[in-house]
Formats: sequence, structure tokens, C-alpha cells
Amino acid sequence: MTLPLFFFYMFSAIAIASAVMVISARNPVHAVLFLILVFVNAAGLFMLAGAEFLALILVVVYVGAVAVLFLFVVMMLDVDFASLRQGFLQYAPIGVVVGLVLLLELLLVAGSVMVAPETAGAAVLPIDGGIENTRALGQVLYTRYVFLFQGAGAVLLVAMIGAIVLTLRHKPNVKRQNPNVQVGRKVSETLEVVKVKSGQGL
Amino acid sequence: MDFILSALDYLLGIPILGWGTHVGFIYVALLLLVCLLVFTAFILLADRKIWAAVQIRRGPNVVGPFGLLQSFADLLKFAFKEVVIPAGADKILFIAAPLITATLALSAWAVVPVNEGWVIADLNVGILYILAISSLGVYGVIIGGWASNSKYPFLGSLRSAAQMVSYEVSIGLVIITVLLCVGSLNLSDIVRAQYEMGLAHMIGLPQLSFLNWFWLPLFPMFVVFYVSALAETNRPPFDLAEGESELVAGFMTEYSSTPYMLFMLGEYISILLMCAMTTILFLGGWASPIDLPPFTWIPGVIWFVLKLSLVFFMFAMAKAIVPRYRYDQLMRIGWKVFLPLSLVTVIVLAFILQLTGWGWHGGVA
Repeated sequence: MTLPLFFFYMFSAIAIASAVMVISARNPVHAVLFLILVFVNAAGLFMLAGAEFLALILVVVYVGAVAVLFLFVVMMLDVDFASLRQGFLQYAPIGVVVGLVLLLELLLVAGSVMVAPETAGAAVLPIDGGIENTRALGQVLYTRYVFLFQGAGAVLLVAMIGAIVLTLRHKPNVKRQNPNVQVGRKVSETLEVVKVKSGQGL
Repeated sequence: MDFILSALDYLLGIPILGWGTHVGFIYVALLLLVCLLVFTAFILLADRKIWAAVQIRRGPNVVGPFGLLQSFADLLKFAFKEVVIPAGADKILFIAAPLITATLALSAWAVVPVNEGWVIADLNVGILYILAISSLGVYGVIIGGWASNSKYPFLGSLRSAAQMVSYEVSIGLVIITVLLCVGSLNLSDIVRAQYEMGLAHMIGLPQLSFLNWFWLPLFPMFVVFYVSALAETNRPPFDLAEGESELVAGFMTEYSSTPYMLFMLGEYISILLMCAMTTILFLGGWASPIDLPPFTWIPGVIWFVLKLSLVFFMFAMAKAIVPRYRYDQLMRIGWKVFLPLSLVTVIVLAFILQLTGWGWHGGVA
């Protein structure tokens, strides 16, 4: 057994074990933490496959940002565990069907190499082994797939604007602070020095 | 068997004695770890001394000459106290949170080059690795706050999580501006680019190598990075996660003894990491500021530590001088000022580099 093989089995075993824990953990916060463990181990597998850029981007984007917000929401929910368990049997068949469909699709993708090796080979872009990972990815992403890449970006932008539109509310009669106005204030506009004669007042 | 031998060679090899072919990286890692921890002890003292000096106090001055051994006395005190775990706490996560914080903070140092070739892992994606590790740092805080099962820690961890996630965005964009100039994600390449090209070479005075460094051409980004680093490490004036006037001690309220010490250690080591990042990205890493004999005799690692200490001095002065921000103002400056500023800089800089052909081309494979 070589060192990479050992790490491959270690990462895969932890990933599968924690994936099982995600669905079996009683506490939703623990479930999210196990999900994060799955992400980290998947990043380890990417790293073993030589895709170091993808591995680290997976950690930065999914673990560092998406999962944090996920954890954020789950922590703030007031979860009643008993009611959470109630619908389990009712929804179990749907879950099984979705799982089976996914398994079938994965088998088809993996099996396509056996059935028709030439189609699988044609789908892979030839990547020059001499250049580093990040540069190789950029050269493909910004030339051949530039429109798809920009399209994906536009979809994300629309989703972001949608989320902002749904949550942004301007209530009337709410005092708002405008730092530019505050900083731009002059002494002459706000202060007035008045000489008051004693005993007279203003 | 083959696997065990190669692992042993990699970890424990000593070529001089005929064991294995590599210098085992356990030794190198231990050396870095010990240096880092001792340096942290003195940087902690320096932080308190600077703070005291600004307020015309003496600061810690009892343990050892000038109080130099204060941090070691604190260490012993932390280590010998009892660990108190609240009754309602999630025990495993409560203990795991400080461990996560300290381990992540230490592991980021694996890719930091302190001198030419002095780096444990010379990764091609070193800077992405640091970004990834520092984005994981938020988990220690958020898990610690939740596992305590108490109000103030929870509020503190929510604040801190939102703050760290927001400021990571602008830190990432500032790093991208430097990467555009360098054309490589390797931290050693970033330093090499700063002595092989730059303003000093352009104006024909290559001896003044401090003009080469990116702090001058990218000065606005240098300022944004400095402020974002303060916010990312929860340093004052952005220490709202542990604002003692509102939240007692934030997410650390329920922690005592060694777990608390691990939180503090992780925090200070990630502050040092941010100082090291500023040094590498903007202040030329291990390069000497003037490329003439008396300065070039000094080894690079000393220049690195000096620059790191200078940046830390700026961190400590910000803590002593600037009053704490209000939380909404903190979010405003992160999202509405720094993010658009760094985003526009990335686009403008990309255009400038593309049209003029400036930038480093030594790293192109």
C-alpha cells in the first residue's frame, strides 16, 4: 500500500461515515457539522487527485462561507426534536426514491467508461501536464467555456438580487444615519455663538 | 511495509546519520512551532506593554526583568487551573472549539516563507491554502459560542461569524490585486516578484528596494488589507464579538483555564499570521529595504521578523488609540466601502496590467 492510497481510503472512509452521521444525527447542529466534515474530506480527495485549486476553492466557498451561513440558520432555529421525528416515516419513501435515482445516475456516469470508452475519452479536455492547476483551469474556463461561465455568474447575480429584493424593506418614520452628511457638516451650519447679556436670556 | 517505510522516511528521516533520504519534516515543523510559540509569548507581552505605555502605565513588570516572563507565568496559571464545563454545555463541542481554533491558526503557518527556501510546504496554491484555513477559523468561534449554551457567548459568536465572513470577502479581493501583479499563487514567488521588479527598477534606482514593494503602488489596498485584517482577527477597534461592555467576554465567557488559553493562543497566532501576510504581500517578505552592503549582510529571516513586528506594532497601536466601532458601522464599512473599493481596483488594475504589460513574468511556467 502506498501513501496516497492510504490517504484515499482514510478520506473516503471518513467522508462516508460522516455522511451517514449527517442523516442519523439527532441534533441538527451536529448534522451540519458532520456535513462540513464531508466537505473537508471531499477536498482532501480532490487534493489527492491533483486538483489542488478545486480542493481549496471547495474549502473556501463551501466550508468557509456556505456552511457557516447554514450553521448560522440552524443554530438560531428553535428546533423541537419530537416534531422533527414525526414525519419521518411519511417522507421516507420519497427519500428512498430520490436516493435510488441518484445512485442510478452515478452508476451510469461511472459505467460509461466501461460501455463506450471513446465517448468518455472525448469529453475530457486535454490538459498540458507541465502547467500548474490554476492556470490550466483558467485557460479552459476563460476561453472555451467563457459564455457558460459568465452565464453561471449572471444566474448567481440574479439570485442575489432576488434575495435582496425579498428582504429589503424601507419602513417609514425610521431615522437613518447618513455618514456622508454627518462628515460633510460644517461648523458654520450647526454652531452659532451668541453673546447673552446677563439677566436677559435669549 | 513499503508504505510504513516511506511514511517514516518522510516524517523522521535524518540523512546525516544514514536514516532515510529527506530531512524529516517533523523536525522542521517542531522548530517552527517552538519559535512561533516563544515569539507569541513575547508578542503578547509587547501588546500589553504598548497598550500600557499609551495610557502612561507601566504594564506587567513583576515577573522577570521588566516583566519579560509574564506570559510564561500566565501559561502556568492557565495550565494549573481547573477546567469548568457548564452543566448545559455540549461537552464534546465545548472542548473541540478551542482545539479547532488553535490547530487551524498553527497549521496556516506551514506555507509561510520566512526566508528564501525556508518554508515547510512550498505549495503552488499557498495563498489559497491560507485563505481556506483562515475561512475555517470562524468555526472555533461559532461552535464555542453555541456549545456553551448561554446567551452572551451565543450572541458573541453570531456577531463574530458575520464579521469574519464579511471581511474575508474584501481580504480575498485585496489578495487578488497582489496576485494580478505577481501572476502566481506561491507565497515565495510573491516575495521574489517584489525584489525583481517594481518602482525602484522603473526609476533606475534598484538599490532603494523598499520602493519596489507593493505597499507603494497598491497603497489603498494596503490600507484596506490592514483594516480588514484587524476586523478578521477580531482585534480592537473591531472586537465586537467580545465587547466587554455589552457581552461580558463574548464567545469566551464560559471558558476557563486551558481551553481559554487555547482560544487566546489561536487568536494571537492568527494575528501574527495576518502580520506575516501583510509583510509578504506588501512589505517584501524577507527582502532587505535597501540593497546595499550593511543591510544585505543581515539574514532575511531577521528582516522578516522585524517587518512582522512593525506591522504588529501598528496593530497594537490601533488597539490602544482607536475607540470601538458600532456594529452597524462595522458592517457598513466592510460591505459598502471596502468591497466596492477593492472590486473596482481589481478591474482597473487588470486593465492597466493588460494594456501596459507591467507585472511580474518570472513565475510563468
